[in-house]
Amino acid sequence: MKCRVCREPAIIDIRRHNANFCTEHFLRLCRDQTVKAIEEFDMLAPGDRVLVAVSGGKDSLAVWDILLDLGYDADGLYLGLGIGEYSDSSGEFARAYATKRGVKLIEVDLPADYGYDIPTGARAAKRVPCSACGLSKRHLFDQAAIEGGYDVVVTGHNLDDEAAVLFGNTLRWSTDYLGRQLPVLPARHGFPRKVKPLVRLGEREMAAYCVVKGIDYIVEECPMAVGNKHLGYKEALNAIEATSPGTKHDFYFGFLSRASAHFRPQAEGEQADLLPCISCGAPTTTEVCAFCRLVERAGGQMPERAPERSPEPVAVSLGPTRSAGAGQ
Amino acid sequence: MFGTAAPSGHHGGVKVLLRNPRRELDVPGAMQVSTLLSRLEINRESVLVIRGDTIVPGDAWLNNDDDVEIRPVISGGDFTAADLA
Repeated sequence: MKCRVCREPAIIDIRRHNANFCTEHFLRLCRDQTVKAIEEFDMLAPGDRVLVAVSGGKDSLAVWDILLDLGYDADGLYLGLGIGEYSDSSGEFARAYATKRGVKLIEVDLPADYGYDIPTGARAAKRVPCSACGLSKRHLFDQAAIEGGYDVVVTGHNLDDEAAVLFGNTLRWSTDYLGRQLPVLPARHGFPRKVKPLVRLGEREMAAYCVVKGIDYIVEECPMAVGNKHLGYKEALNAIEATSPGTKHDFYFGFLSRASAHFRPQAEGEQADLLPCISCGAPTTTEVCAFCRLVERAGGQMPERAPERSPEPVAVSLGPTRSAGAGQ
Repeated sequence: MFGTAAPSGHHGGVKVLLRNPRRELDVPGAMQVSTLLSRLEINRESVLVIRGDTIVPGDAWLNNDDDVEIRPVISGGDFTAADLA
């Protein structure tokens, strides 16, 4: 197996590109695809202060590494979820990477700072753990970005993540969710801009990136996520991908270019009704935001009000969507 | 699954480390990586095969005494929630 670029021995085959790559050209591919996504969707601007949501897993550490190599001013934010040894280990990987690169890692610890952990919070709120986890992360990433003066929050969502979410939302025709599934969520209503620079890269590539670059990450699956439906969606899509390479890419990017706009009016209409949470000040459609309700039910420490989180919209334009199947 | 593999500890074969849950198998005979994955009924889209610190591609040959890790690359979690503003 030879590298498509230099004909030296390849280390990885990427079937949706119908190509193999050596170490050097695989790393270049990862960097170039990230740059392409950033430019195509106007994700980041020169001089932006970037906050990377870091879990200690392959995707978040890889995107942080790529952005640092590209010269972005990118700090990390690690959220301790209180999921036993899994959280202990994932935190160690995040800290080890930050130390190795000499970069700033902000830490927020749910049990220490808010008085609850994900397993007990989920039980108290009668939510599935992944729902309580996502809600907590979303709120605290937003809050940290606004309070820290960051321009943008970066997450490590990759092509497989986005295709699986799209698959699930399409199976249920969750049109409100479909209207918000974008690689860039612009800053508005007191929320920071959120971007996903890895949408052109698969999770197999991100795992390979970490192995090649010597980035240690947590390989073990979160015990709370075992058996969840999104893992099933990924397995189903990978079964299709095995016989029809490129399906995930065409599914996701075809949605962005040909279907996404049809669902946006509904999602934008819902966001027009946001008001500040009476407890913490975060934008919400209800009197008390979902995060504060979760903390209260879990018996935790209610967050302090953050009056600077204005519900007024901030105009940020989306970049153009690409044509499906082009430029792979 | 793993019909042609034996729990690790038997003599001979490629020693394979699997994750989630962590366990080891011996798969008899030299073979290509793609053959190993087929024999274990593992979708190559879902894993990396690693020997030492190096990724080994699908057409690479594994010897009887090789140790390899088949590392899953699929991660689950708060996908829906993380995608919502």
